[in-house]
Amino acid sequence: MENNWLPVNEGPRADALDKVTGKATYAAEHRVSNLAHGVFVCSTIAKGIIQSIDEAAALKAEGVIDIISYKNCPAIPGYAPQLADGTRNPKQWWGMKVLYDNQVRFYGQPIALVVAETLEQANAASLLLKITYQKESFETDFNLARKDPSKAKPPSTYSRGNASNYEQAAVKVDGEFTIPIEVHSPMELQATIAVWEAEDKLTVYDKTQGPKATQGAIARLFNIPDKNVRVIADYVGGAFGNALRNWHNVPAACIAAKKINRPVKVILTRPQMFNLTGYRPQSWQQLKIGADATGKFVGIIHTAISNTSRYEEFREGIVNASRFLYACDYVDTNYRILPLDVSTPTWMRGPGEASGCFALESSIDQLSYVLNMDPVELRIKNFAEKNPESKLPWSSNYLKECYDKGRTLINWANRPQKPGSLQENGWLVGYGMANGVFGAGRSQASVRAILQANGNLVLQSAVSDMGPGTTTAMTKIASENLLLPLDKISFKLGDSELPPGPTQGGSTTTSTLGTAVYLACEALKKSLRTLAVENVPAFKNLDASTLVIKEGGVSASIDKEVFISNADLLKLGNKPFLEITQDSQGTSAMELKHATNSFSSHFVKVLVNPKTLKIKITEVVTTADAGKIISENTARSQMLGGVVGGIGMALFEELKFDHYTGAITNASFAGYQVPLHPDIPKTTVWFVNKPDPIINPIGAKGLGEIAFIGLAAAIANAVYNATGKRVRNLPITPEKLKEAKI
Amino acid sequence: MQKYCYNNGRRDFIRKASFSAALYAIPSLLVHAESVSLIAPTPAPKEKIKLSINGKEISAEVDTRITLLDFLREQLGYTGTKKGCGMGQCGACILHINGKRMNSCQTLAIHNNGKTIETVEGLANGDTLHPMQEAFIKCDAMQCGYCTPGQIMSGIACIRDGRANNRDEIQRYMAGNICRCGAYQNIVDAIAQVKESGKTV
Ligand code: FES
Ligand code: FES
Repeated sequence: MENNWLPVNEGPRADALDKVTGKATYAAEHRVSNLAHGVFVCSTIAKGIIQSIDEAAALKAEGVIDIISYKNCPAIPGYAPQLADGTRNPKQWWGMKVLYDNQVRFYGQPIALVVAETLEQANAASLLLKITYQKESFETDFNLARKDPSKAKPPSTYSRGNASNYEQAAVKVDGEFTIPIEVHSPMELQATIAVWEAEDKLTVYDKTQGPKATQGAIARLFNIPDKNVRVIADYVGGAFGNALRNWHNVPAACIAAKKINRPVKVILTRPQMFNLTGYRPQSWQQLKIGADATGKFVGIIHTAISNTSRYEEFREGIVNASRFLYACDYVDTNYRILPLDVSTPTWMRGPGEASGCFALESSIDQLSYVLNMDPVELRIKNFAEKNPESKLPWSSNYLKECYDKGRTLINWANRPQKPGSLQENGWLVGYGMANGVFGAGRSQASVRAILQANGNLVLQSAVSDMGPGTTTAMTKIASENLLLPLDKISFKLGDSELPPGPTQGGSTTTSTLGTAVYLACEALKKSLRTLAVENVPAFKNLDASTLVIKEGGVSASIDKEVFISNADLLKLGNKPFLEITQDSQGTSAMELKHATNSFSSHFVKVLVNPKTLKIKITEVVTTADAGKIISENTARSQMLGGVVGGIGMALFEELKFDHYTGAITNASFAGYQVPLHPDIPKTTVWFVNKPDPIINPIGAKGLGEIAFIGLAAAIANAVYNATGKRVRNLPITPEKLKEAKI
Repeated sequence: MQKYCYNNGRRDFIRKASFSAALYAIPSLLVHAESVSLIAPTPAPKEKIKLSINGKEISAEVDTRITLLDFLREQLGYTGTKKGCGMGQCGACILHINGKRMNSCQTLAIHNNGKTIETVEGLANGDTLHPMQEAFIKCDAMQCGYCTPGQIMSGIACIRDGRANNRDEIQRYMAGNICRCGAYQNIVDAIAQVKESGKTV
């Protein structure tokens, strides 16, 4: 089949029925008896010391059970910096210890948890706390702080080749780029329900991308064995990275539940979501590229600063793609982080690479105009035949096929070479493209496969799924491997008691977990063959390895002359079920002797109103080399989601601060704009869909990040093509377009 | 030809909705307030209400401050209707009250005494799904599924209100339903398909 994508008849998303009927149960929705509700009271200064908390009125309010703050927080083993013998506590909580001390580190920091019988009572009482502070001076203004080089941490640097290459380049571009704070803002609010079943044993319903990681974190917090902590996360309502680590709601709910000896639920409010669950850090970048007269890159210099908090160092891969996406002998990168009095950032979809590719791909576009070259041709000219950083060959790289298909589908031939020269119904027309790249990793996972007496297969692993469709992909892998119909296979996840699975993030779930599923199926086939030879007279003299597993049974040949169903085989073999737990080891590029990456190329058509400078994205074609596509249905949706995210980054998203108080001023969906239905252009998704021969036995690379990385640049480049103006400070607004220079 | 239009009105819905949120003074908005000593810690009054939820008569005593959304989710355990903001800005909580779509976080439970509420849990008839649910599955109009109930209830209202005549119209009607996973195109496909099928919604 040609892969210009139409929804194929591959069956629906495995959990679609639960999602459309309201049966899917997210963290805050689990029914727990005797539940109390906790709400955070947050600081109204950006930095300083809490002088006093007067709880008297609140404690008298109806329904209030307890008010927990640093004043009365029980001793928590994982909060102690040191052990009894004075050595560093190796099991310390990762991140800020909420309700622990009287320090205020950022505006809106939770400083007390009001626990009451109902949410209404907790909310009402939370307004009655009287808190006084001793304020200290603070800094939240990134753009001001970054001008003082002494404020940033020492750089991490990389350099290869000879700097004089760049100096002598025939053409050069040099630009500065800024990206504001963007916030994941998944639709589900962060929530935790903690239920202690015994002094040292609890169940936690949590919004997490990693049930096992959360289990470990809570076990360390209370210094209890992992097995005493059960984490349930059967449905996760989006996360995009914000549930990769555990935020304040997790320890607060667990501590409160222990203290009052009752289950406690803590749900963040939407305004708190903007401050307390991480965000894409604000960044400043400078990108210089030099090329010779033919367009061959001779030097790339990429410098970046991004913010972190005062109490944690958060770094990401902002300059990484510049080192290896294109062939270039001389590359120099320099990345520093700048602490501010704000909460800690975290990985947000496409993480640093998305910020970095905005600068890199915008600059390459600019260079193409200086050279008077088609930007796709310029990229082809600089195609890296192998990874120039690691010098390893690519496990696969079909970027050129993406270019071909993308150009055709968007009608690239219509693109005006001269910016601002094409109009449609009085609107300026522009076409732009940009690439995305992300590492395709494979880590360790374990899957249990249970073939039941009725012949159905149940797969299990302690992962969670924030939306891409892990269940769907995993059942598909098993179905293809065992030639068993999809409706006979189910995948159970979202429970830390299942065999350990990876945290969902960094586009690795399909590769990591899929490999474990594949290996589990292979092991299952082996057992079935042996079982058949040992128990079925008709197979007795056959070589087990020649038996064929398909359609829910074992046959002697592909012709199915002799066939026994799995269910009958189990019966004959006297087995109530067949169970296999399969580990799959991770691997690295070095072990594989190949550079493993996913690639994407996005093509965008925009219209810009010449008078109002309003930008309409009218069409997007997004193409990806993500290896073999396991489930086209869900993979396509993931790509569509990446485009929507990219539109948000390019045109709308920006968290704003009042630097006088240090408060966030637009912490709501009315203030922080995200793409809405009317903002969505016609979008076409195309996959190369060729299996990667190296990375794993299933041939799939990752998809989640590359669906998003590069999109903002593709949109900015299209806007430039339409107007001749390049906006390097996201988001691109009509106001900025008006002020932008050529 | 389908029109995919960026329109002026995209933010209007959200602004209007958050204005009404301010009127109700939903407590979650006030958590950051500094000086609030004016509010006295007197017990909140309770009131008895009766309403029909998905055809079932329900009587309950409710805190007068509880929203219809929190009443459904926290008190009754009808968690199909989702809470994405509690501020009238996301559409996750949309359901039907007396046949009209409404953000259930923007109406108090006591204001719905005697009313007929329809939520996503009430759409299917046994194993037979509502055409909009079927279309959402067929078009894969979801990823995480958290906005889905609100999108479905809004999508049904879109057709009932006669506002599903082209994609542009659907997109505008649906502007108050945020999908952060970005399933928008498939959601509009699903609504358009149901509309084209002519099935009763
Ligand atoms: S929860 Fe009601 S609009 Fe967001
Ligand atoms: S499907 Fe996740 S928010 Fe819409």
